Amino acid sequence: MIETFYDVMRRQGISRRSFVKFCSLTASALGLGPAVVPQIVHAMETKPRIPVLWLHGLECTCCSESFIRSAHPLAKDVVLSMISLDYDDTLMAAAGHQAEAIIEETIEKYDGNYILAVEGNPPLNEDGMFCIIGGKPFTEQLLHAAEHCKAIISWGSCASWGCVQAARPNPTQATPIHKVPGIPAKPIIKVPGCPPIAEVMTAVITYMLTFEQIPALDRQGRPKMFYSQRVHDKCYRRPHFDAGQFVESFDDEGARRGYCLYKMGCKGPTTYNACSTIRWNGGLSFPIQAGHPCIGCSEDGFWDKGSFYQHTTDTHQFGVEANADKVGLAAAGIVGGAIAAHAAVSALKSARKQGGDNQ
Amino acid sequence: MELTQKQTAVYVYEAPVRLWHWVNALCIVVLSVTGYLIANPLPTLPGEASDWFVMGYIRFAHFAAAYIFTVGFIGRVYWSFVGNRYSREIFHLNLFNREYWKELVHEMRWYAFLAKEPKKYVGHNPLAAIFMVGIVVIGSLAMMLTGFALYAEQSGPGSWQDTLFGWLIPLVGQSQDVRMWHHWGMWIITIFAIIHIYAAVREDIMSRQSLVSTMISGWRMFKDDRD
Repeated sequence: MIETFYDVMRRQGISRRSFVKFCSLTASALGLGPAVVPQIVHAMETKPRIPVLWLHGLECTCCSESFIRSAHPLAKDVVLSMISLDYDDTLMAAAGHQAEAIIEETIEKYDGNYILAVEGNPPLNEDGMFCIIGGKPFTEQLLHAAEHCKAIISWGSCASWGCVQAARPNPTQATPIHKVPGIPAKPIIKVPGCPPIAEVMTAVITYMLTFEQIPALDRQGRPKMFYSQRVHDKCYRRPHFDAGQFVESFDDEGARRGYCLYKMGCKGPTTYNACSTIRWNGGLSFPIQAGHPCIGCSEDGFWDKGSFYQHTTDTHQFGVEANADKVGLAAAGIVGGAIAAHAAVSALKSARKQGGDNQ
Repeated sequence: MELTQKQTAVYVYEAPVRLWHWVNALCIVVLSVTGYLIANPLPTLPGEASDWFVMGYIRFAHFAAAYIFTVGFIGRVYWSFVGNRYSREIFHLNLFNREYWKELVHEMRWYAFLAKEPKKYVGHNPLAAIFMVGIVVIGSLAMMLTGFALYAEQSGPGSWQDTLFGWLIPLVGQSQDVRMWHHWGMWIITIFAIIHIYAAVREDIMSRQSLVSTMISGWRMFKDDRD
């Protein structure tokens, strides 16, 4: 019998009063009304903690770094009280064979009932030799663990889209989780971002725990509650965009006055994330608030969309460093010139023809 | 003088087709200019955000013109069912007809100054037919699909724009890719418009039939009686 959350909390010396307060706080963090609080209390009292296997492929661990900074709920509450984080090589005390044995143990004990959280992705080239965990390619570990899990969480842009290691030309053939050949047909929740926002990560887990279902996902498999709007839609600098007030260079008056960063290449209008509402580091700030354009880190293939400081995307199909405006303007010029030449020849021809007719 | 009396005139473009043509032309001008300014905004304005609404008005003009453009296109499709035979030409391409290819080559030779004179056409000439289907029909459809997909981003999930067109964004890649292709479309249509206007004026002067005035009065006048 696995302990319930309530059991674990009481064992840690948390009073019932604090426990209920925690449930209320979680409800408000999820944007739910007070009526849901008893439901959360009930869930925590009766439901066993969900076992989670947290695997790491090709990645930089920025997702973990973000996760441990969650303020609402605190990451320690998630790890120690809410989930049963059975394996996470970054956070766990065990190492080596002892650590790897836990994976097998969890798979055996909770077959079909644990959540597989994946940070990073597997490289498929050279039979996966670019990422070896415990002597075996990461791909094998991933497929094995995925086979027996209940649902998969793709943490960050690596697991969701591929991110930097999958950027052109992608020598290791790093592949996002949902595109790995042979990945079982389990629900995959993408939580993109480089890294994702800490509170988004913990909220996704809390949601799954409380309601025993995966959150509503959008067309691309991201939780709607955090990825249904663009950074631009809720940006506090949006009024400057609508007014037509832009930062033209990083040291101008517009930058000092906090104008819109659109002309500096801000990807806010094309990026689905909750940065402008939840913000970072406990709601302290986010890139645009700090005066830097959004680089669109939670979007598919954001490394391959040209400069971070340029709004119009370069089009690789039409040669290096070409974009619609440059090519379009040049083409319009060439066509204009060709038309002028064509018109001149036409005039000459018809003049000659008329001359011929008159003779 | 006897010759001119025998010249024939055919009623080609009915009033709804002509109205659509000019409304469409105006929409394309507004859409291209505002579209360019959305991608490359005007120089920054001073003061407080509440002092201005320039980007807001530019975007409003873009969306308003886009809706008129779309309604016009739907109306044009409807008219191709109830209008005369020439109203269907714009949606039709005779690619499997040998005769069509022969005439297309002749039309191209005429533009390359290799043929002495062009053939007469009541409707579109074979070269024009390609551009009409390729740019005006397929190009407009591509711009409307990508445009509404981008519009759905601000109307949000659950809106009819998102339900009908939102699927396009993951299909193309991501939001930024859709923007890029929508922007390319603007340049392709702009270049088509330049060629279109030049060809219409040149044909009006040099070919054997009226062109510009036909889109105003609806009547195609022929300058001679030969085949």
